[in-house]
Amino acid sequence: MISIAWKSLCNRWPTALLAVLAIAMSVALILTVEKIRRDARTSFTQTISGTDLVVGARSGAVQLLLYSVFRIGNATNNISWESVDDIKKRQAIDWVIPISLGDSHGGFRVLGTNHDYFDHYRYGNKTALSFAEGKRFEDVFDAVIGSEVAAQLKYRIGDEMVVAHGTGRVGLVKHDKQPFKVSGILNATGTPVDRAVHVSLEGIEAMHVDWRNGANVKGEGTAADEIRNMELKPTAVTALLVGLKSKATVFREQRAINTYRAEPLLAILPGVALQELWGLVSVAELALMIVSVVVVIAGLVNLMSVLLAGLNERRREMAVLRSVGARPIHVFLLLCIESTLLTMGGIIIGLMLHYALTGVGAVYLQQRFGLTVQLTLPHTAEIRILLFVAFAGILAGMIPALQAYRKSLADGLSQKL
Amino acid sequence: MTSVTQHIVELNDVRFAWNKHAKPVLDIREFKMQRGEHVFLQGPSGSGKTTLLSLIAAVLSPQSGEITVDGQPLAELRRGQRDQFRVDHIGLVFQQFNLLPFLSVADNVRLSCRFSPTRKARASKEGRSLDQEIDRLLDAMQLSASEYRHRPTSQLSVGQQQRVAVARALIGQPALIIADEPTSSLDSDARQAFLDLLFSEIEAAGSTLLFVSHDALLASSFNRRVDLRDINSAAYSASTAGELR
Ligand SMILES: Nc1ncnc2c1ncn2[C@@H]1O[C@H](COP(=O)(O)OP(=O)(O)O)[C@@H](O)[C@H]1O
Ligand SMILES: [Mg+2]
Repeated sequence: MISIAWKSLCNRWPTALLAVLAIAMSVALILTVEKIRRDARTSFTQTISGTDLVVGARSGAVQLLLYSVFRIGNATNNISWESVDDIKKRQAIDWVIPISLGDSHGGFRVLGTNHDYFDHYRYGNKTALSFAEGKRFEDVFDAVIGSEVAAQLKYRIGDEMVVAHGTGRVGLVKHDKQPFKVSGILNATGTPVDRAVHVSLEGIEAMHVDWRNGANVKGEGTAADEIRNMELKPTAVTALLVGLKSKATVFREQRAINTYRAEPLLAILPGVALQELWGLVSVAELALMIVSVVVVIAGLVNLMSVLLAGLNERRREMAVLRSVGARPIHVFLLLCIESTLLTMGGIIIGLMLHYALTGVGAVYLQQRFGLTVQLTLPHTAEIRILLFVAFAGILAGMIPALQAYRKSLADGLSQKL
Repeated sequence: MTSVTQHIVELNDVRFAWNKHAKPVLDIREFKMQRGEHVFLQGPSGSGKTTLLSLIAAVLSPQSGEITVDGQPLAELRRGQRDQFRVDHIGLVFQQFNLLPFLSVADNVRLSCRFSPTRKARASKEGRSLDQEIDRLLDAMQLSASEYRHRPTSQLSVGQQQRVAVARALIGQPALIIADEPTSSLDSDARQAFLDLLFSEIEAAGSTLLFVSHDALLASSFNRRVDLRDINSAAYSASTAGELR
């Protein structure tokens, strides 16, 4: 039976192949959408751990989370250094990582911070940052770069780099008299850390000496040694990552910061803000998922129409089979086997297509958004989707099969042309 | 087989209509065929010849009356048994499109044995294999087995296809061979050659033949000639008859 079904399909390979491809593409699409959805979530969730509060100028919780942790978008306002000192002084607070954003280098963000970043920042399952090469920044013009930055710009320890003000790929003002030097390269983390150039807060100030003075905008710029001798005290930062001594105090501390009088501040719990983000994203996810499901249904409807259209041409085939003793149930099974073969073929090619897509797409997503998409065996959600498609495909084949079954009963031996 | 009778086919008071409200197409008081007989059944197109063959082949069931084939009253068979009975006892040849285009010549001949262990056993008895029997039949049908065995059937001429169909009907020696206008898509030369081959093999196998055609010229080689209009008392409307004259 299976060999007859197989040979019959091979005989009609162009239509069969099209039906398989339609299913394959819909399967690849739905799997890829599901995969990116899930991996984007894990990627986001993995980016920050061990941070109890994120503090920034007063804006939206999601916005603060996006620009401070995921480096998406820009801050509307800064936190003054006085506020930072006040927060640091609070009893319950264990550590504070200052973050100063707003500059770029070669399309990567420059992040001003201090050594607390390397001591306290955690990602994934409470993993600390580690160095692949070199060491932390010591000098004003030292920079620690993430693994992606090193890989894409081909930097080694000791290389000089020119930092631009602004976050575009082409900076407005280039600070070429104050070249930074790579002092360390971090190991890959699969988070936006890989795509950041880390310098000291003083380094950020140093970049802006000329810019702030309004002098030498186009000209030579102040010499590096001259800047080193200046007093480079940071006056403001973009955000703070805060660790508490005890988790129990988190809501009290949040309220205290939110009601801080000297400056309007916002403290958020990263987990809560992430939930809020998912709430926003889920509408888009749902839309994508609905589109994918509709495409899958289109693929199955196509399968059904291919089988139904084939039925009329194949009435003779059915009559021949019945003349040699095939029962109506055999005719029914024959078509069911066909639709099963087509669906399975579609699923297998769809899986291969899905892996090819994610393989190529992963590189792009990593470079463009710092999202990590990994090639993994299908998860339960994906297996469930595949089972659903297989089931629906076999079901879709039942309708033409039933039709053939009925016709094979009604036709007698006469061969309709 | 409940009782072995002289007759391989026996119809008594058989009435058949395609649906409840339509007039019956067939109303046959009696029709019998002896074992080993070669019967030529003629009648104009649309007179119900194919319908009668469908009844004898247990594809259709009559509304009333009794049909016995090879000693087996067909009414006693359940649905699944009817298909099995058909392949075990009857070899069928249609007017055209007898073959599955995606199978080779040999696989098409083998098809009868796929659903019938009885015929498979008969085909491969006397120390020869099924493949040898297929080759023998193809050779007998003047389709040199070594040349045609693995050919796709789509490469054959219509005449060759009809001969493959005969080989398939004959394999495993079914008691009755039913041929429904097997020559009407052949030209007159091929027609006679086809008939000669058919007869010699049927003779060798000792099968009974029920051969349908509207071409009365072929009737001479048969033992008996039956006109459906003579045995069928169902009203045959004048309008249909006129249209066919
Ligand atoms: N599948 C069918 N459903 C309904 N009517 C049919 C069917 N097949 C044949 N008929 C009708 O039965 C009559 C006899 O047909 P058929 O047995 O094929 O004639 P013949 O084989 O003698 O040309 C015709 O009037 C035809 O229209
Ligand atoms: Mg006919």
